[in-house]
Amino acid sequence: MLMENKAENKAVFDAESANEVVKELRDSFVTGKTKSYRWRVTQLKAMLKMLDENEPQIVAALRDDLSKPEFESSLYEIQMVNNSCRLALKEMNHWMMPEKAKTSLTTFPSSAEIVSEPLGVVLVISAWNYPFLVSLDPVVGAISAGNAIVLKPSEMAPASSSLLAKLVADYLDSSCIKVVEGAIPETSALLEQKWDKILYTGNGRVARIVMAAAAKHLTPVVLELGGKSPVIVVSDINLKVATRRIIAGKWGCNNGQACVSPDYIITTKDYATKLVDSFKCELERFYGKDPLESKDLSRIVNSNHFDRLSKLMDEEKVSSKIVHGGQRNEKNLQIAPTILLDVPVNSLIMKEEIFGPLLPIITVDKVEQSFDLIHSSGGKPLAAYLFTNNKKLKRKFVETVSAGGLVVNDTAVHLAIHSLPFGGVGESGMGSYHGKFSFDAFSHKKAVLYRGFAGDAFLRYPPYTPGKLTLLQALLSGSIVGIIRALLGWFWA
Amino acid sequence: MEKSIAELRETFKNGGTKSISWRKSQLKALLQLINQNEDSIFKALDQDLGKSPVESYRDEVGVLKKSVTYTLSCLEKWVAPKKAEVPLLFFPAKAEVMPQPLGVVLIFSSWNFPFTLALDPLIGAISAGNTVLLKPSDLAPACMSFLVETIPKYLDNKAIKVVAGGADIGERLLQLKWDKIFFTGSPRVGRLVMAAAAKHLTPVTLELGGKCPAIVDTLSTTPSKAKVTAKRIVGGKWGPCNGQACIAIDYLLVEEKLASTLIELLKKTIKRFYGENIKSLKSISRIVNEHQFQRLVNLLKDPNVADSIVYGGSVDEEKLVIEPTILLDPPLDSEIMSEEIFGPLLPIITLKNIEESINFINSKSNPLVIYAFTEDETFKKRILSETSSGTVTFNDSMVQFLCDSLPFGGVGQSGFGRYHGKYSFDTFSHEKSILHRGFYPEIEPRYPPWTDFKLLFIKLAYEFDYFGLILLLLGFKSS
Repeated sequence: MLMENKAENKAVFDAESANEVVKELRDSFVTGKTKSYRWRVTQLKAMLKMLDENEPQIVAALRDDLSKPEFESSLYEIQMVNNSCRLALKEMNHWMMPEKAKTSLTTFPSSAEIVSEPLGVVLVISAWNYPFLVSLDPVVGAISAGNAIVLKPSEMAPASSSLLAKLVADYLDSSCIKVVEGAIPETSALLEQKWDKILYTGNGRVARIVMAAAAKHLTPVVLELGGKSPVIVVSDINLKVATRRIIAGKWGCNNGQACVSPDYIITTKDYATKLVDSFKCELERFYGKDPLESKDLSRIVNSNHFDRLSKLMDEEKVSSKIVHGGQRNEKNLQIAPTILLDVPVNSLIMKEEIFGPLLPIITVDKVEQSFDLIHSSGGKPLAAYLFTNNKKLKRKFVETVSAGGLVVNDTAVHLAIHSLPFGGVGESGMGSYHGKFSFDAFSHKKAVLYRGFAGDAFLRYPPYTPGKLTLLQALLSGSIVGIIRALLGWFWA
Repeated sequence: MEKSIAELRETFKNGGTKSISWRKSQLKALLQLINQNEDSIFKALDQDLGKSPVESYRDEVGVLKKSVTYTLSCLEKWVAPKKAEVPLLFFPAKAEVMPQPLGVVLIFSSWNFPFTLALDPLIGAISAGNTVLLKPSDLAPACMSFLVETIPKYLDNKAIKVVAGGADIGERLLQLKWDKIFFTGSPRVGRLVMAAAAKHLTPVTLELGGKCPAIVDTLSTTPSKAKVTAKRIVGGKWGPCNGQACIAIDYLLVEEKLASTLIELLKKTIKRFYGENIKSLKSISRIVNEHQFQRLVNLLKDPNVADSIVYGGSVDEEKLVIEPTILLDPPLDSEIMSEEIFGPLLPIITLKNIEESINFINSKSNPLVIYAFTEDETFKKRILSETSSGTVTFNDSMVQFLCDSLPFGGVGQSGFGRYHGKYSFDTFSHEKSILHRGFYPEIEPRYPPWTDFKLLFIKLAYEFDYFGLILLLLGFKSS
């Protein structure tokens, strides 16, 4: 039952409430409503309308929560979801069609196909840094695959969370798609329920809790996490373009608070100074002499993270390595783009994912050593970047660096390419989505085999004799010659 | 044991399992192992489960040979990166997806198909370039010993290891960090495996079970089709390890008026295949151990259930044999109708109308397979769209297992993840996305300071509205 909390005049969302929500969605799902192509199309079109008619409100909510510049909100939160919807609308028909599978002589005569069906009632738990993108993009996938959905946005972006709740209720089918707002208690209540799939975007600590909860119900999960995404910069490149692209991927994406944000740079000792100078020059061109005054940088999401980042910068032996930036405004939760050179490898800033506007540069004698450095850092990151024109280095990078995704000569843009699966490996997560991969993530691929009554291989059945064994060996090998030989042997025996 | 795993990790780190030639050599060695030890394999299976050589070949040796051969012929194709389409906006760019091994993987196999369920996943793990620790089930001890002794003689010891032991060893293994865990077994243990994997964020594939129903709607077609139906049902129930299989037919659904026809056909077929009574049973496996034997016997203890037996029912505790047993309409709330049977007892549930079978199946959790014997195309479509299972097989039983192009796995309580054929390779791989970009041309509007013009430009660009972009650049669109 929903308990009335008179002091706050708000109902408490506990395990029973969660159970009721799931039950309602399951009842809707069972009617077959979400399976119909029509329903999926109407929901996706409604979402497009929702984004189109509420752009100013979305931009305003993101400004409240993150001081996110309009450019970033418009492009990365609204436009990207818009693209996902339109791709799904265009391709869904094709994705929903059964896929023919080849059958071999062994099961002749037969035909086989793989049919996609929705998993059922799914839970999407999203993060605070791209509150609209990582909430709605998975929801687009879940809708296109025909599921009923609960979306749990992050409470750390409260304006976005409540706007999402309002918009989803106003535009989408509430009997099949719901938003549950809240923090740890509400999330825990949701995690106690039985879901057919959970997609979680966030950090490794909470991901373990999500997966452990899912284990109780044997619920499959997609975990989109993070990691320290390294950038190797080699001296043979167009430095200006490379610098700009790194800046765009780092500070241009929520001021470094992104899962695929370039976390740290590795370059050669003799190139470091040039690189730092290039950064200084381009950073000033982009953000002006006083970056804290620039309108084009997100702020730090809250004081917890501000303190965390300050601690990283202020650590002894690290603070002295700042070569650019370092300005802070605690009241406004602002930290300027900050570059550090050659911090100790065992410092905090090099141990945990930074998720902020600090960019350490580590130098090595030879470029090849950067690969060792990445491997020795342990965990596999969500992304890894390399800037070079050298074919051999590119090949080595692509073949040996283990990460969710790799980009050569750019940063972060691979997210916009729908033909590439987006997901992690190891500590950076499991499963993937985007484009058709979203549809697949929320589908069960059911194998179907059609057999006829002709061609019943008597040798499948007992009583088992040595002669049958020989024939069976031939049949399973699929070799026509073998089968004919064995059959002849059978007839002659 | 920790030392062994450290060695596996070291081997992987040093790239020992990466090369295609290593993978092929291991697969060829595995094929040699099977070819050169067929008799020992048959012997071990007979010892542990009373499997006859034909069954052992059909379900274990033959399946594995086929799997290795298929993998060897496709490996180069699977390992090659696949091109992905890149929108014009990013020109010049190249995108691809490259499969990579996950690292050190743990495979748990089950006792009912001790070779197939251990070595088929192993084939997948090797083909994807991983190092492997294999933990066979100790409930099939002769087979486990065979694997422990023989695998080191043929395969690369530094990369592929087998460990003997029971549940306690399994628990210890689960405490360690793996890059993937592949588990075949019961839902109960599946939960424990996934919970342990959660601590390390290890991805898992769980191949579990469920009550696989067979809908029987072909008895009133032609006598020959009815006969074949009966053969395939009997073959699909008692053929695979005497019903002790995740894909064995668990129970039948048939229209009331055809129940007696069905029972007569089944009886005839059972007698022809396996013998007249429990004393003369042949060509059929026995129950694996005392514990499982008692569990099955207990399913028949309920008097209401015992009353519903229409054929069989005899047991021989000494030989761990239960004869093929058919029950007609046992109570729906009895254990035999709520738990996965995993044995030679076959309940037949009658319905007024065969279409009701859909609701009946949906009242239970998703099984690994739904079998449907029917020629009614509309009914087939309804079964496909209104039920959910790992696989659906029409007009046969078991053979879907041999189809390398079909993914084999469950949904809901029957598990998640899949394998067989290329799916085995995929399940032990990470699909890494790769994007190559050139330095020119540059899209200036990406960079701050941002203006309305830049915003409009990028919006048009992201919509791939190239015409609109041209207009904007020519000054025909206003920002």
